[in-house]
Amino acid sequence: MDCRVAIAQTNPRLGDLQANLADHLDRIERALHEGADLVVFPELSLTGYFLKDQVLEVALSLDAAPMARLVEASKRVSLAVGFVERASSGRIYNSLAFLEDGRVLGVHRKVHLVSYGIFDESRDFAAGERFEIIESRLGRFGPLICEDVWHAPSAYVHFLNDADALIVASASPARGVEAPGPGLASQRTWDVLLTSTALLYRTWVVYSARVGWEDGVGFGGSSTVLDARGNRVARLEGLETGMLTARLDGADLKRARFETPLRRDEKPWVLASELARILPDLRVLFDGAPDREESLRR
Amino acid sequence: MTLDVQPELVTQLLVSFLREETEAAGMRRAVVGLSGGIDSAVVAALCARALGAENVLCALLPYRTSNPRSAADAERLGESLGVPLRRIDISPIADGYLEGSRVTDPLRRGNVLARCRMIVLYDLSVEWKGLVIGTSNKTELLLGYSTQWGDSAHALNPLGDLYKCQVYQLARHLDLPRRIIDKPPSADLYEGQTDEGELGFTYDEADRLLVLMIDKRYSLEELLAAGFSNELVRRIAGRVVRNQFKRMPPVIAKLSRRTVGHDFRYLRDWMR
Repeated sequence: MDCRVAIAQTNPRLGDLQANLADHLDRIERALHEGADLVVFPELSLTGYFLKDQVLEVALSLDAAPMARLVEASKRVSLAVGFVERASSGRIYNSLAFLEDGRVLGVHRKVHLVSYGIFDESRDFAAGERFEIIESRLGRFGPLICEDVWHAPSAYVHFLNDADALIVASASPARGVEAPGPGLASQRTWDVLLTSTALLYRTWVVYSARVGWEDGVGFGGSSTVLDARGNRVARLEGLETGMLTARLDGADLKRARFETPLRRDEKPWVLASELARILPDLRVLFDGAPDREESLRR
Repeated sequence: MTLDVQPELVTQLLVSFLREETEAAGMRRAVVGLSGGIDSAVVAALCARALGAENVLCALLPYRTSNPRSAADAERLGESLGVPLRRIDISPIADGYLEGSRVTDPLRRGNVLARCRMIVLYDLSVEWKGLVIGTSNKTELLLGYSTQWGDSAHALNPLGDLYKCQVYQLARHLDLPRRIIDKPPSADLYEGQTDEGELGFTYDEADRLLVLMIDKRYSLEELLAAGFSNELVRRIAGRVVRNQFKRMPPVIAKLSRRTVGHDFRYLRDWMR
């Protein structure tokens, strides 16, 4: 794997699919100019974040017209786009679509919805239940959405699945202005979290964050690319929209993983047996329980 | 817990907030009532940075008993910021009611003055095609030290998440005149009034207590253990709870399945 990634740090207009789609297409053109192979957009980039009752109005099935436009654009460059997904079951998810070569390569549905503090996602969205790898022609990508990263097993699953890079789409509210800083406390926390994730899983991290304000809540931006040693390769500072490009260097990834072969030495079977020991009820799930959801809730 | 903020970071955030949320309301200009005090001075300075000084109409709204120094300080600040100034004496509006109905209770008179100012600001908002920007800080909001539908009426509030002492930090960072920073805070609703005299405690005490009670979620017992007097805890906690109504929109009786204010859930920035 070796490719040039572009992060589009956007400021979506809340609930305005047409305006946001036009903005996506415009930024895709600009990314192509900069030689990008992949353009990553933030969480819910097509719709904005605090949608509340608007989720119903902006939910899209994968064959809806705005998605079709982006699928078409993916013939020229691979895309990761945040949107509100209306599944065939009728459920609505906070999703990230990965588009390539004129088709939908995969969709990650946010597993860890946030419902505390200023967040109320569980009210508006169904939760995903999988961390599936995207097998792109550019490499193996592990998509995650914002809060997913805060739960260590999310990235761990992608790590076990030999992801080359984690694609983290986010809409993180800016908060914490206390001295001495420097900068936003929320951003310092993200930096530690993403750096640790890169280090623990020896993987690139492509963090695409949004900016702008929705009813007095500002989003922190600071889109970042980290290499597999946890070094910051590229960063967009400040509260403005913009474009960030970085090369994901395949030879360097191999070297980093040779130097510190964490995946080789990982013992997932220890985790499996420990899980079975600590949470014996979990076994029910894998033994083909008739009502999977019921056992999950329990 | 420290109450120190990073003033340049706060300035950047608030400038971005004012610019974007003004635009979201379909406007480019702002109206600010300048009292001569620190809160409105900081708001005017932030608005000037965000929208350009020429787009921020600052209104001086004295009453006949107002301390003349208030308007003089406000005027001097407005000139140094380069904002357009409008001086409107609210005495005829206020006295038409206050004198006609012989209102003497200082609390009622103060509320009427605050609401007269609101009437003028909202009318100027139409004339100027600008949003009314509020000046209530976090200390004031939590203590309920404001007049409902008076100074609490505005479209955007940049200072609502900053304690009074943090507004001072911002004022120093923005290099506002010492005259404004150094004078004792006063609503100037009657002669000789000071906020701290009326509240019965200092802003410093209130801020140190509130940051633990609100931001750190200390219980009343924990506040006492942290060294605050029973009297202070009781007074401040009492005000916070008693004045919740001032921080809320009106209560709507739910009858149907979908009700404004209950489960008709859209942001104000809906489709902006």
